[in-house]
Amino acid sequence: MSQVVFIVLLAITLGVFSFSAFKIYQLFKITKPAYPVRDFGKRIKRTIINAFLQERIFRNPIAGFLHAMVFWGFLLILVGSIEMVVDGIAGTDRVLASLGLVYDLIIGGGDVFAYIIALFIIVFIIRRTVLNINRLHGKELQKKNHIDALLALTMIFLLMITLAGMNIFYIAGHPSYEGVFPVSALIAPIFNGLSSDSVHLIHDINWWSHIILIFIFANALPYSKHFHIFMSIPNVFFSRLTPLGKMTNMDSITKEVKLMMNPETAFAAAPEGDTPPERFGILDIEDVTWKNYIDSLACTQCGRCTSVCPANITGKELSPRKMVMNIRQRMKMKGPHIVKEGKDYSDGKALIRDLIKEEEIWACTTCNACAKECPLNIDHPTFILDLRRYLVMEESSAPAQLNAIFANIENNGAPWQYSNQDRLNWTE
Amino acid sequence: MSEALKSKIEVPVMAELFAQGKKPEYLFWVGCAGAFDNRYMKVAKAFATILNHLGTDYAVLGTEESCTGDPARRAGNEMLFQMQAMTNIEIFKMYEIKKIITICPHCFNILKNEYPDLGAEFEVINYLEFLQNMIKAGKLNLDKSKFKGTTVTYHDPCYLGRANDIYDAPRFIINALGLQVSEMQRNKSFALCCGAGGAQMFKDAEKGDKEIFIERTEEALETNTEIISTACPFCMTMITDGLKYKNKEEEIKNLDIAEMIALALV
Repeated sequence: MSQVVFIVLLAITLGVFSFSAFKIYQLFKITKPAYPVRDFGKRIKRTIINAFLQERIFRNPIAGFLHAMVFWGFLLILVGSIEMVVDGIAGTDRVLASLGLVYDLIIGGGDVFAYIIALFIIVFIIRRTVLNINRLHGKELQKKNHIDALLALTMIFLLMITLAGMNIFYIAGHPSYEGVFPVSALIAPIFNGLSSDSVHLIHDINWWSHIILIFIFANALPYSKHFHIFMSIPNVFFSRLTPLGKMTNMDSITKEVKLMMNPETAFAAAPEGDTPPERFGILDIEDVTWKNYIDSLACTQCGRCTSVCPANITGKELSPRKMVMNIRQRMKMKGPHIVKEGKDYSDGKALIRDLIKEEEIWACTTCNACAKECPLNIDHPTFILDLRRYLVMEESSAPAQLNAIFANIENNGAPWQYSNQDRLNWTE
Repeated sequence: MSEALKSKIEVPVMAELFAQGKKPEYLFWVGCAGAFDNRYMKVAKAFATILNHLGTDYAVLGTEESCTGDPARRAGNEMLFQMQAMTNIEIFKMYEIKKIITICPHCFNILKNEYPDLGAEFEVINYLEFLQNMIKAGKLNLDKSKFKGTTVTYHDPCYLGRANDIYDAPRFIINALGLQVSEMQRNKSFALCCGAGGAQMFKDAEKGDKEIFIERTEEALETNTEIISTACPFCMTMITDGLKYKNKEEEIKNLDIAEMIALALV
């Protein structure tokens, strides 16, 4: 009976999840290319260092330590969760136990981490609600974002409590596990007086609560900032391998410039079958690349980027976190309509001006502090620069002082108004 | 040596050497700031003085040099950038240039990382790495007594540091001058931008509570050092402005690493 219930629940979970995943896949299909994904060796290495070893998160040692412990704990606990799914389908009890010592170490580790994570989640909640950590309170974070964060934390807390409950009452029914679960073994004796039926029942309640919470959590994630849990490792894997200082080349422009600079083609009509790109740069969501979008799905709004942004620190409107949140927000608003009604769908709004002010776009110094700080290798400056490309090349709406340097560079090959003939004056 | 920096120096020009059938090993890319910014012209001169001192086989493009297009590209004007880049690449090809040394980190970054997308094939070396190699090879000897008793901090330019992971060369050179860098609170990959990158140099900042260059200058002043060293023309402008704003320009010197070396040549 319980197997049937389990299989039905699992099927619903997987069904709903597949639906969400398919919706997201459709949204990826309307994004633009970013760069070819090559160099798998380098990508695997980066994923090991940045994701599994949590290198970047330790740039902030205290919060970094808390996060890394939760992450490593999750990895261990995940093994147990997979086992629960197998047990649930097959009606077995700890089917992986035959792995012996390895198994004991993994689930024993999971037991220790369940308590550590539960404790750290309490610390996280305190950091959010009592300590008023600056970066957790940017003005782009609205009430719904705070609720989202607290709900996810509560969910994880309950997952850990039910896991601990499972372990404690498993020991009560299976004394041989006393040596396997180091922390739960300390708590189990409290319940020595309970009948074996009660022990069994309480264990099962925890078991079912735990797995049902996982099912709910997994299906809530695609709609939460905590989708981070699924998308962060892929985001690191797919992040660009070029130096942070390198801007992407616009090949469509290269073609045009080459035609212009070649005396034979400069005044000729554009060759047949050569369609110019729909738009230079990014105005709205249909212009973003798959990397911009995956960045926005992986972002968990931690605000490390914004906390190191020189423009933000000095009170300017720019917040790199907000920009990344805007991508996801706008995709949610407009993306499904584009999927349904085609790329010409318009709701009369755009990323630029309706969600992102020009003032934000022009405040960036391209210092890459945000990109360097992001533990997931989110690339904010590339996005910001593509917004500038739209403003300049489609609208010619750069700030006047920048138009002046464009004119100077065109006329005399320097951003300042000096003659090329004076280029050796410094030797005097 | 400081006297020598005040008089005219001889700098070989590519077109003239080429006319004599010579192909110098290095192109010294001066950059627009090296050519036209009154303060930074001294840095270009200091670096050329070092090259002359080393007997390096180099030349500059002189009147044939033109903006790399960096400020245009970072201000969103890809078209203008690519026209500049392709024109420059033509000149590099004409003179068969294989190695370029830059002083400006923005020129360095764009020549090294972005010109190859447009067909450039040459090695780009930042002057700090060049100088570090010369010191390591024993070719560049420095008078350690020159800065004895002074203290120094170093401001990491974004386009050397985070953009290209050059953190050690400047610190190595400063050590070779007999000094130890008193680090600012935010240094190396954590360094705060001076506020001038991404074409901000050429426009007013957006409205906010504070200028970025003041924030950074204050941080530099907290180190209580007598010299704030930099390695970028824009950072130099910003820190110099910051020192003026703080009325510290008399007490505290803002020097480029090349200038410090030029003062200590033996």
